[in-house]
Parts: sequence; C-alpha cells; structure tokens
Amino acid sequence: MTARAAFNSVAVPLLALVVFLAFWEWLVWFKGWPTFKMAAPSDLPPAYSRHWDLFLTMGWQTLWRTVAGLLLAVVFGTLLGMIMGFSRIMRDALYPLLVGFNAIPKATVVPIVALIFVGQHDFNTVLLAFMISFFPIAVSVSIGLSTLEPEYRDILRALGASQATIFWKIALPKTLPEFFGALKVAATLAFIGTNLMEIVSPHGRGLGALFDSGRTNSDFPLMFAVLIALAFLGIVLYYIVVALEKIFAGWAERSPG
Amino acid sequence: MQELIKIKGVRHAYQTDSGPLPVLDGLELSVPEGGFVAVVGPSGCGKSTLTRLVAGLMKPDAGEVWLHGEQVRGPRPTVGMAFQNPVLLEWRSILKNVLLPLEIVPTKLSRKQAEERARFLLALVGLEGFEDKRPSELSGGMRQRASLCRALIHQPDVLILDEPFGALDAFTREDLWMTMHQVKEREPFTGVLITHDLRESIFLADQVVVLSGRPARTQYVLDVPKAGPRTLDDLYTPQAADRLNILRHQIQIAQGRAPAEGGAS
Repeated sequence: MTARAAFNSVAVPLLALVVFLAFWEWLVWFKGWPTFKMAAPSDLPPAYSRHWDLFLTMGWQTLWRTVAGLLLAVVFGTLLGMIMGFSRIMRDALYPLLVGFNAIPKATVVPIVALIFVGQHDFNTVLLAFMISFFPIAVSVSIGLSTLEPEYRDILRALGASQATIFWKIALPKTLPEFFGALKVAATLAFIGTNLMEIVSPHGRGLGALFDSGRTNSDFPLMFAVLIALAFLGIVLYYIVVALEKIFAGWAERSPG
Repeated sequence: MQELIKIKGVRHAYQTDSGPLPVLDGLELSVPEGGFVAVVGPSGCGKSTLTRLVAGLMKPDAGEVWLHGEQVRGPRPTVGMAFQNPVLLEWRSILKNVLLPLEIVPTKLSRKQAEERARFLLALVGLEGFEDKRPSELSGGMRQRASLCRALIHQPDVLILDEPFGALDAFTREDLWMTMHQVKEREPFTGVLITHDLRESIFLADQVVVLSGRPARTQYVLDVPKAGPRTLDDLYTPQAADRLNILRHQIQIAQGRAPAEGGAS
C-alpha cells in the first residue's frame, strides 16, 4: 500500500464520519427538535463524561457476552455447516428447520429464554447472541462445502486420501473466504442479540440496561450515547474480524483493477 | 512390452431421474508401458468417465480395468491426474501446490529431496522463478504447467490427462505440446490423454483411440509411429493430413453424421 492509499484508508472514513455528524447536528438545529425527540451530537459528550464509569463497565459486559455468543456461534455454526455441506440428506432435513428458526423474531424468544433459565443473566444473554448469529455461519459453511468443485476432491481422492484429509487440506481452507464473509454479518448480529436480552429483559448489566435506565429517567442524550457506543463496539469487532480474515484468508483478496 | 493399462469390455451407466443413462458399452483399451494413448470422441461420449475408471474413482458396472497386472478396485497412489481446470490451491504457493501429492502418498523422499524434485519439475516445464508465486499470479498456461508438475511429483506409473489444454489459446497449447514431449523424455510415464483436438492427439500420442457416440465403445484405433523427436512441422506433412482425415471421418461416424461403411476420404 502506498502512503497515499494508507492515508486515504484512514482519512476517507474519518471525513465521512465528520460529514455525518455535521449533518445530524444541522438537522436537529434546523428542525428545532428537543432532546426527547432527537439528541444532537453535541449532547453526547456531556452524557459520556457524566457516566463514563458506567459506560466502561457496562460496555465491557456487553462486549464479552457478545464475543462469547459469537464464539459459540462459530463452533456450532461451523459444525452444522459441515453436516449440511457433506450430507445431502441432512441438508434437506435441516434447512427448513433452520430457516424457520431464523424467521422467529428473537425479541419473542427473550421472555421464553428468561423464563427457562431464570436468573442466569450472563448465560441468557450469551445464548441470545449465539441464537441470532449462528445462522449465516452455518449457511455459508454448508454452501462453501457443497459447492466444492469435484476436481478438487478428485486430485486428492485419486491418491487414496481420506475424507478427513480432503476436508482439512482442501475443503476447509477453500471455505474460509465465505466463512469470514458470514462472520462479519454474524459479529454485528450478535450485538443485536445481546442488546435484545439486555433491553427487553433488563437485569442491570450491559449497555442495553444503561439504555433502559436512560429511558426510565427520561435521560434522552444518555439513550443516544448508548446507541453510539454500541455502534462503536460493533465497528471494533467488525475490524477485528477483518484483521483475522487478512491473516487466514488474505490469499482470496484480489488487488483491485 | 507389458500392458500397463488394460480395459476389458467395460460397461457403465449413470443413474438419472429418467432412468439409467449408459455411457460406456464395450470399451476396450490397452496401453503398453511407456505408451501414450489419446482418446478422442464426440462430446459427452464418456471420455471423462473413462479417466475416472482408470483412476479408481469409480467402479464400472461390468468389465475390468487392470493396472500393472492388478485389477483396479479403488484409488491408488500410482496415478497422476491433470484436468482442464488446473485446480491449484489458491492459498498455497506454486511450490507447495506441486508438493501436495507427497503429503498424501507415502514417499521415500526427505523434505529437502522432495522440494528439489519439485523445483526440478517446475524448471522442466519452464516455471523456474515462479516457485513462490501464488496461482492467481500466473497465466492459464502457466497454471496448467504447474498442474502437470503436481501430477508427476510422486512419479506415478500412469498419467491421466483429461483435456488439460482444452481451455488454452492455440499458441499456448502448442507450447505445452512441446513441453509434454520434453517432460516425457526426462520423466518417462505411461499416459492416457483425453482430448477434443485431433492435431493434439496425433502430435502427442503414439496411438489414437476413437470412441463411438454414447454409449461409447472402441470404434477405431490409429497408430502414430514415432520416428525421432516430433516438431510442430510434423503436423503439416501429407502424412499428418492423411491421419487427420481418417480421424475426422471416424469422428463423423461416431457423431452419426457419416455412414459407418465406405466413404472414407
């Protein structure tokens, strides 16, 4: 990467952010909205400085539970994707179930989960983050495996390689680009899962609970500040996934042009 | 000379939704050790099925496939394969791609020796200096050369080439034909080449087998005696023209576009 390209890759998104914040500030000022309708970016720094300790502890609670749910989703989703990718019968059997499960609004699952595992707040939150994020991973892994060109299998199979060897040496690495594509989606979805649990069934932990306390106290700038903090965490996790992708599937990247 | 590959009365059908689809019926083929046989025939006549049978990737419904005096019942590490699609692994360097079969097949070579052999093969096909490149950095012809090295790295008895030059442009293809002759001189192998290109078949092989339309049987066998090293000029002799005419006529018969008897040009 040239110095200019490196500069652009930082400066362009920053500039976009500044333009976005300026537009937001202008919109609130222009419409004359009070904070209970829409807070402006200039309302956010006071909200952060007043509750910075809460943002740190609750942000951490949200983050670790999201990452835990995401890791579970990676393990379970990959296993499920392998089963569906290798077996036509299992694919036919599981796809409708999976699609049906995914179509259920997760907000309706929150009270059920909260009732089944009463008081297990951490577990419940991790579970919901997992439930909402394993679907894209399972689908992408299963598609990656089932669309593997037969020649790729044949070059190893003709030498007497076992199924496990073929999976390890060819199918798995070849599926990595699709896997990371799905992981980017799953990472942001996992945050939605965590916060659903924290907001719909608040138990005093996580940014979702902070949002809820902002609501009960009519502290509207605080609510907006929580949303922005969540967006920030989402971006951080997303770029961690991008960095991992560069390391493990960087070969799939083509230089543009 | 010992028959290295022997195919006797092979019959095979695929199961499709509309019933069994016979692709091979009464296929006979034999290749002596060190021989190089080209198989030509109309599209979809079961040529690729033939390669999968020889490689042991599938079993025929009837008939026998013998390799080295042993009946083929499954995959065996003494076979090397190259396809029209070079199927190089994008996440490995060219050198690591060539070394792949040695990770499966038991080998007496040390790691260092194996790498030396891979470098030797890559130099032989003209890929010296490309060992550490990724497949995506190579042209189609170069990838096919690398794929050829991978097929040869474990010193297979039999090299199966399933239209390896089919997707290349005409000039690159002719380059690779010359490369094939150079390789065969340094690394002798027994080969079966599936191709659609009649010029390719008489230039590379010492025997051309024409398969009939589906279900395929052996329809015609043309011997191409080898007199010294071949050059591309050999393709433009009256002799070559005669051979091409015979083969073209046989293909027309196989396609059902010419009557089976008489009418040969």
